[in-house]
Amino acid sequence: MNKRRPYVRPMDGWWRKNPYFVEYMIHEATALFVAAYAAVLLIGLLRLAQGEAAWTAWLATLQGGWAILFHLLALVAISYHTYTWFKIMPRTMPPVIVGGKKLAGWVITAGGLAAAAAASLALLALVWGMAR
Amino acid sequence: MAEQPKTIEIEVLRYHPEKDKTPHTQVFEVPFTDDMSVLQGVQYIKDYLDGSLSFRWSCRMAICGSCGMMINGIPSLSCQTFLRDYYPARVRVEALAHFPIERDLVIGMEGFIEKLESIQPYIIPKEPRTPAQGEYLQTPEQLAKYEQFSSCINCLLCYAACPQFGLNPGFIGPAATALLHRYNVDSRDGAQAERMELINSEEGVFNCTAVGYCSEVCPKHVDPANAVNQNKTNSAADYFLRFLSPKGGAK
Repeated sequence: MNKRRPYVRPMDGWWRKNPYFVEYMIHEATALFVAAYAAVLLIGLLRLAQGEAAWTAWLATLQGGWAILFHLLALVAISYHTYTWFKIMPRTMPPVIVGGKKLAGWVITAGGLAAAAAASLALLALVWGMAR
Repeated sequence: MAEQPKTIEIEVLRYHPEKDKTPHTQVFEVPFTDDMSVLQGVQYIKDYLDGSLSFRWSCRMAICGSCGMMINGIPSLSCQTFLRDYYPARVRVEALAHFPIERDLVIGMEGFIEKLESIQPYIIPKEPRTPAQGEYLQTPEQLAKYEQFSSCINCLLCYAACPQFGLNPGFIGPAATALLHRYNVDSRDGAQAERMELINSEEGVFNCTAVGYCSEVCPKHVDPANAVNQNKTNSAADYFLRFLSPKGGAK
């Protein structure tokens, strides 16, 4: 008689069992803030299309306390998302060969973070210049 | 003077299919020296404390891939994990996660063996070649394309690190995909189209959500996550390019 009776362990709460998985879940969750912010900008575009009064009202809403709190939260969440996105990037790309050698993972991560920082600063400078 | 032996507690997840309904933990007091691996600790238990403890091991030098276990919840080769790094705390040892437990620290690995067979892990030459035609020649660049992926020792730590495999055991998973990639990018091989069917399938690479922990725990720096994710791109290209191919996407 076959005495085999393999035991399959449950997967409940799997993401809480390892700090690496917790980080992964936070990364995935912060994507919701990216989507939420895209929605905020789309609503802005919609309000702009509806005319000056609608646009001014939208701008006034953004200056409220809750809107500022949301922006601060979104900034933190999207920054974390950016960081973890570029951290995993070397694993998701085909090898980049420079001078016959494979480019190290940290170079790709650092390059991505630098590009994200430069793009953010350029946008900030542009908007600052327009607002003055 | 000889080193004074210290004693460490090793907590083992036990499961005996003949008498246990579910696994349970058992703690052993194991004398150890600083040069002892967790595998040696477990061997001590079997030799002196409880001969019924079951586990797999062979080479003791991180090349056979037999002794993978969850050590304090992290998929590790027990032969290259040392007791001194946990002392004076207790060290927790469990069978590799996401696999069925056959007995104690022994997992059932039929599922993986089937996947390994399915990827055809051998070179299928582009055209038949006789010994008289001489050997296949490869440039260092051609070797570099697959060399890293050929280092896999089938230890299955990557599967124990992959929650998507845990949630869907049908997923072909990190190691099998890394080995598939190893043959697909080999300049001598001609079976890419056959293997792509597996990559594109329900069990294929799109089960992966880029957690990346598989590559983190790999003791041979194979970077299986990279093989899986490169094949997402290949699969997408395969899907769209078939509309442009002369055969017009027969499959």
